[in-house]
Amino acid sequence: MSPNQEDFKGYRSPTLDLLQGQEAPVWSEVTLHTTGGDFSGLILPRSETADADHIVLKLITGYNIGVNHDTVQKISVFGRKVANYQIPEKEFPFDPGKPRVKLFGTGGTIASRLDYRTGAVIPAFSPGELYGSVPELADICNMETEKLYGVFSENMGPEQWIGTAKAVAEEIRKGVAGIVVGHGTDTMHHTAAALSFMLQDSPVPIVMVGSQRSSDRPSSDAAINLINSTRTAATSDIAEVMVCMFGPTSDKYGLLHRGTRVRKMHSSYRSTFRTLSDIPLGKIDDNGVTPFRSDYNKRRQDNEIKLNAVFDDRVSLVYYYPSMKPDIIDSLVGNGYQGIIIAGTGLGHVNKPLYPALDRARKAGVHIYMTVQTMWGYVQMYVYETGREIMGLGVIPAANMLPEVAYVKLGWALGQSHDPQEVERIMLTPVNSETTDREPHNGYLVLQGGIPEVDKFISSQWK
Amino acid sequence: MDNPQTLADPWLLTPLPLYGHMTADDYADLGFMVGLEVHQQLLTKRKLFCRCPAGCYNSSVHHAEVLRHMRPTLSEMGEYDGTALMEFKTKKNIVYLLNNETVCTYEMDDAPPFEIDDLALDQSIAIGMLLGCNIVGEVHITRKQYLDGSIPTGFQRTAIIGTDGDIPFGHKNIHIRAVSIEEDSCREVSDKGHERVYRTDRLGMPLIETVTDPDMKTPEEARDVGQVIRHLARASGLVRTGSGAARQDVNVSVTGGTRIEIKGVSNLRAIPRLVHNEALRQRTLVGIKGELARRGITAESISDQGFDVTSCVNNTECKFITKAIKKGATVMAVPLPGFQGLLQLQTQPRTSFLKEFSDRIRVIACIDDLPNLALSTQEVPTLSSGEWDRVVRSCDVAPDVPVLVVWGRQKDVETAVREIAIRAREACEGVPQETRQALDDGTNGFERILPGADRMYPDTDLPPIPLLADRIQGIRSSLGLRPWERISRLKELAVGDDLAERLSRHRAWSLFDHLWGKPGTGNGGLTANQLASLLLDRSCPRPASKDAAGQWWQETLALIGTGAIIPEAVWLSDEVLLARLNEDEARGIFNKALENLPPGGPTEQQKKEDFAMQHLMKDLRGRVAGRTVRAWLVEVLS
Repeated sequence: MSPNQEDFKGYRSPTLDLLQGQEAPVWSEVTLHTTGGDFSGLILPRSETADADHIVLKLITGYNIGVNHDTVQKISVFGRKVANYQIPEKEFPFDPGKPRVKLFGTGGTIASRLDYRTGAVIPAFSPGELYGSVPELADICNMETEKLYGVFSENMGPEQWIGTAKAVAEEIRKGVAGIVVGHGTDTMHHTAAALSFMLQDSPVPIVMVGSQRSSDRPSSDAAINLINSTRTAATSDIAEVMVCMFGPTSDKYGLLHRGTRVRKMHSSYRSTFRTLSDIPLGKIDDNGVTPFRSDYNKRRQDNEIKLNAVFDDRVSLVYYYPSMKPDIIDSLVGNGYQGIIIAGTGLGHVNKPLYPALDRARKAGVHIYMTVQTMWGYVQMYVYETGREIMGLGVIPAANMLPEVAYVKLGWALGQSHDPQEVERIMLTPVNSETTDREPHNGYLVLQGGIPEVDKFISSQWK
Repeated sequence: MDNPQTLADPWLLTPLPLYGHMTADDYADLGFMVGLEVHQQLLTKRKLFCRCPAGCYNSSVHHAEVLRHMRPTLSEMGEYDGTALMEFKTKKNIVYLLNNETVCTYEMDDAPPFEIDDLALDQSIAIGMLLGCNIVGEVHITRKQYLDGSIPTGFQRTAIIGTDGDIPFGHKNIHIRAVSIEEDSCREVSDKGHERVYRTDRLGMPLIETVTDPDMKTPEEARDVGQVIRHLARASGLVRTGSGAARQDVNVSVTGGTRIEIKGVSNLRAIPRLVHNEALRQRTLVGIKGELARRGITAESISDQGFDVTSCVNNTECKFITKAIKKGATVMAVPLPGFQGLLQLQTQPRTSFLKEFSDRIRVIACIDDLPNLALSTQEVPTLSSGEWDRVVRSCDVAPDVPVLVVWGRQKDVETAVREIAIRAREACEGVPQETRQALDDGTNGFERILPGADRMYPDTDLPPIPLLADRIQGIRSSLGLRPWERISRLKELAVGDDLAERLSRHRAWSLFDHLWGKPGTGNGGLTANQLASLLLDRSCPRPASKDAAGQWWQETLALIGTGAIIPEAVWLSDEVLLARLNEDEARGIFNKALENLPPGGPTEQQKKEDFAMQHLMKDLRGRVAGRTVRAWLVEVLS
């Protein structure tokens, strides 16, 4: 018998041999007669990352269990039932009175379904699927969708940034009320920075969105984030690259973060995205967008946008630690890297043993910029002698640019020029607030739990 | 007006039999069956999927609140679950009260689960084995959807540990369908209008759930089997005891009815009356189904059209309607042609068929100020007859057609109108699949649509856990005897029936098991009956648990074995045990005490002895056996 991989999805020898021998492929309704008693149910596909020893059985109650192959004495097959996991597709209704919004998908869990192969969730995405699961979207706009990529956040990189920027520009030039980009949350702030540099002077909002709880969960933030981001794209006056994610962890409102000042700050909280060293652009809920400031790029009626989608990926981001050895820098230079962003301590420092390596790097033509690992605040390399010495080695302070943003910007700058002066001009001329002239007092607010007044505020305002 | 003469089913024409007035044969005639789902909290230090402490309830304090909403999602098999859709229709704001001591980011669904608590898993496997279940080879954590908000994730993490067990009950076996481990849900604080509030301290506590087949055929059997299952787990020492540590879901059905789940019954004594009343309700609904069929009413013939009758009633003197109208309520009427004489039929004591509609409106349309509906053919005063005439005319139906009137916020009333039609259509099918809540008076009310297998979804956050042979062997070898096996063993040891029964489910069992056969027990020492009696005596100063006092008991028994002390010494002190007196010393004290007997005691022989014993034992208790003293006394007094 020639094994058909689909018939025994995910099963490997020795369990595969057993199932084949007993002619019990996946989706068979069976009773497994084992040394530990009988188990009846439906044979499910096996996750490829799980071991090769167990058969997965769905019991009539809906529970799954695993049965070790070497306890199975006999399998009685008495039927077959194939699962059809599909979000109900409904045609997205068209209303001539509503604005047109384009949703680009890159991946992530904003819309997802179960993947039997890996046992994890994979993205699902089409206007029909979206409408089937979040019908509220039709009250806001006429939506079109286009799947650009189907990758998890960590697999987004320069190639996808460029592709996304080009696709967005093309769509804007065709005329659209706003753009939504669905994205995994882990590197959403990298992509947001890349799009901020590659797409300038947009006439419409470009809103990035994701979810911290995948949409296969009843408590998912996906639907609210999608609704908020779509409403922002369709109606907001803020024509910038933004990230739209939960404000507090409660289902209250979303925050609109500037693409160059936003960062994922918690591995799992819904309210993980924060604007650093500045305040967000505004908030969004069912009543619409409430701007927190007025110095944003306003929506225009034309279809013009500057596209500058280039990137040189020979750039590295080095997170400095106290005993760092010069070979770290030397190896980057030796491997042909053209740019290095250092996330230095405090105001922007590294230890003395690194100095010769930094000197060698500069002499090799590598562009080196300093940012701070404190995340909030400015690089200031004049305050201490160390800073001045490091600057003397050609390391250029990058003001209050976030390390990840500086990494993206240096790659983008090197995509345009390798002339040190030109690169420095690009790096230090803000495109959209990646460096700012001033940090407002409330640009740094990490509320400290346990302080009575803070707890009181949280319990009264964020419920 | 209604004409009860049109009813054909004799059941509908006779008063409902009250609890206590039906025999086992009567229940058999109804096709009455009950199955149980017994939930017990495992005795762990931590919660099941996070490191929060288990069993801490700071009832009234909270430090923060979180607001959430629930949306239905697809099951693994690609279906939406009915309950999920129902809960979504209710559009509730769900508020969670958080206490820093008892919850972390896991419970508030802001962090993925940690690995399952191994102790809880071992305990559940042990209980599964005690119930005679086939233990699974690999544990798959599954998500069971609950969109009522009782769990912030919207699902309960749960896993099957074993299937197909058996426990003996009287002359038959009760089949155990499955044993699973699961995390407990929140405790509801309030549910008013569109807001439901939950406390989260209990959330995530490890529970074991034991599910039986519907093998119980009388209300009392259901209670007693519940007792057996609870005792089994309690006797194992692996579960928590005390209030709230155990509760049952009770599944009831009768012929022509369906499996109805009565949720969260904490007191086993409440079960018989509840299941009896549920049987009555189902039988009545089956009767109504037959009546509707006889009248040619089908689900398709029932319209979900409602009529806005606000203008007909805006000057009404009916207080609850006036009050609502003042707040801007819409009033709508729904006629139910063909339901003549049915809505007032009793389904349970003090409860009519009409309540089935009222419950749906309360739960699903969130119109929860009661009464929340009025019936044109009802005898209790609501609208005036003139107002009813106008309402019925607005609906364009004959005057004898029952018309339901509901009031509230426009959107809620629209939901209510749809729900009335849905419930009326379900009446044509008989008993709708629901979970119901137990009420204090022994009746039950609608809680939600019964969830099906469609709400199950594999947990993608945690990998399956293979149960290796060593682990299974280790647990199996640590298992003690089940209560009924303990009773047999105690009886073999000539322990009295009552004592054996009590010790079999007491935590002192493990101490008995540990001590029996050691020096000081058996021939020449304590009999099994004496030891059992000692361990169960509430006045015994030593805790009767093996861990706390095993060593002490062992040493004490050894002293009894050598004759250094007598068993009664144990009652007097747990610190310094009084040494046994030799016969000469004892006789000396006895004689002295006898001389000092207070004058004027009773004269009748038996009373005289008792009177003397009381005084003599003051000086001898714990040092000489009472029966020895009495023997001496009988000698002296005779």
